[in-house]
Amino acid sequence: MAKPFFLSERCKGCELCTIACPKKIIAMSTTYNNKGYLFSTCIDESKCIGCAMCAKTCPDNAIEIHK
Amino acid sequence: MSEKIFARPKTLTAKETHYCPGCHHGIVHRLVAEVIDELGIKEKTILVIPVGCSALADEYFDLDSQQAAHGRAPAVATGIKRVHPDKVVFTYQGDGDIAAIGCAEIVHAALRGEKITTIFVNNAIYGMTGGQMAPTTLVGQVTATSPYGRDISLVGSPIHLSEMLATLDGAKYIARVAVNNPKNMAVAKAAIKKAFEIQLSGEGFAMVEVLSTCPTNWGKTPIQAVKWLEENMIPQFPLGVYKNEGGEQK
Amino acid sequence: MSEKLLMKGNEAIGEAAIIAGCRHYFGYPITPQSELIEYMAKYLPKVNGTFLQAESEVAAINMVYGAAGAGARVMTSTSSPGMSLKQEGISYIAAGELPCVIVNIMRGGPGLGSIQPGQSDYFQATKGGGHGDYHCIVVAPNSVQEMFNLTITAFELADQYLNPVILLGDGALGQMMEPLRIDVDKIVQIDKPWATTGMGERTKPNRVNTLHLIPEDLEQHNNKLQRKYDILKEKEVRFEESFTDDAELVLVAYGITSRIAYSAMEMARAEGLKVGLFRPITLWPFPEKALASAVTTASAVLTLELSAGQMVEDVRLAVNGTKPVHFYGRTGGMLMTPKEVLEQIHKIFLAKGGK
Repeated sequence: MAKPFFLSERCKGCELCTIACPKKIIAMSTTYNNKGYLFSTCIDESKCIGCAMCAKTCPDNAIEIHK
Repeated sequence: MSEKIFARPKTLTAKETHYCPGCHHGIVHRLVAEVIDELGIKEKTILVIPVGCSALADEYFDLDSQQAAHGRAPAVATGIKRVHPDKVVFTYQGDGDIAAIGCAEIVHAALRGEKITTIFVNNAIYGMTGGQMAPTTLVGQVTATSPYGRDISLVGSPIHLSEMLATLDGAKYIARVAVNNPKNMAVAKAAIKKAFEIQLSGEGFAMVEVLSTCPTNWGKTPIQAVKWLEENMIPQFPLGVYKNEGGEQK
Repeated sequence: MSEKLLMKGNEAIGEAAIIAGCRHYFGYPITPQSELIEYMAKYLPKVNGTFLQAESEVAAINMVYGAAGAGARVMTSTSSPGMSLKQEGISYIAAGELPCVIVNIMRGGPGLGSIQPGQSDYFQATKGGGHGDYHCIVVAPNSVQEMFNLTITAFELADQYLNPVILLGDGALGQMMEPLRIDVDKIVQIDKPWATTGMGERTKPNRVNTLHLIPEDLEQHNNKLQRKYDILKEKEVRFEESFTDDAELVLVAYGITSRIAYSAMEMARAEGLKVGLFRPITLWPFPEKALASAVTTASAVLTLELSAGQMVEDVRLAVNGTKPVHFYGRTGGMLMTPKEVLEQIHKIFLAKGGK
């Protein structure tokens, strides 16, 4: 079962991953990381298909895909 | 026990970049690093970095590197490649670096068929210095030095570097790509890989022009910037392969 | 085993560079040094070296910067207008502490000027020309033999101190033909573990980068450069004195002008006038201490240059107000004659109320 792993402290809140995800399971947090950004989180890991579109779209290497 | 099936490539360092949120430099850096990893050339690659937002790229690539004066990266790369013809030398340049101050250097590197690879990040603006007009700025586009919009009658229309360099015999592979969505990213990565393979087989000069966003200086959010690129830059700078004379013809 | 040849100045530089182990040359044609670039074009390929005629002097100096960073012994050459184009690149090379040799065969200026000899790039060579606090080592030959010898010295100094070295010649030296004796010790090249060669087995990348955004870091870097320049000032000064021991008037000149001055000195001595000659060979570091001591017996100094007066300022600083420093110069590519210099010598002695 693949799941996205978010390195939240690297996230700059650009939100590009929220658009890239075909399952629309990425949304921004409501709290801030240490850099002062809202960071991306997965709202339903059970729907993750491991396509890695989020990770590929992330300019900051802030998302890994784990199996 | 979980296994990482997608993570940062080895050729990139762990350092968090200074690039703005949503800046496509991050994506392009990763694609180049993945190609270097996959081709197994990390130990013999030397990067020449420009003046521009990516002037700090030597902190993000785990490679030997040399910082060039503005526009001079193709000349610096020529010097390095002539000393180490068996190594892989590539330049990473923005639109001001390559098409304004560095125009003579890139034209002549391509003319000579210099066996180097150039990654050209085109975001239609000067990012690092605060959003001034670039040779690739679109007609009507408002920038810090074209506050009334780029005016053809005063400064002409944008330069199409890929088409221009494709006219030179020494240029063996020239492609224009974008990284605005995963499909285009895959095409971009294949183009970048081909551009490095051209160097590995010693055939001549190769360049990949990557249309990219600059959300901060375009005054847009990263998502809006991608849309602007799709609606305005891609029609002006059509994606495609402009020269394909080297390597395996597919 | 030494060999004696008749050679042109510009070509002697090329021959010396090849003997010194230079295998990479990037340049652009410009009068009066085109013989040098043509010599490199002809002979570098014969030793499997790289000759490349760049698209401009700007491109050439940046190719030198790249090749130097990659660990090679590398050279470029030009004349005055082209030297102006190279200034940005020279600043980068000095900042990056990279070795290279830059030859300037000076001509009349400013602007496009003339193709005849000049010495009006002294300020540019010794005081910067490029931005920032840096110095190039500057060596000034005055014969075809020295064009050869000092080129080899230039490569050695460049590698030893990791600094660009300017060989400052002029159109007369470049064009003249004189006998040359080639008698060179074994050439030893140093290791360059800092060079960009691809990481290979290394775990840390080599980065050649002159950007230091944190001011404290850049200040440290500048301090390091200044310490190097202090060592150079102490250890690498070169000059030649002739008949200064009892001289009442000391002539100061370099390059082709020093040959003219020497003839004038001989003519003056034949008339019983006690004239000596001090010839700086390194223009940077300038032999200020040696010059100050060379003029102790003299009551005046006469600086001679093919310019409106550039080195004379360094002469005045070295002499430090202890003696009057006169100046005589020609510009525009005009050469002075020994007779003209003798007239100046007469004027000075007359004004002194001397013989």
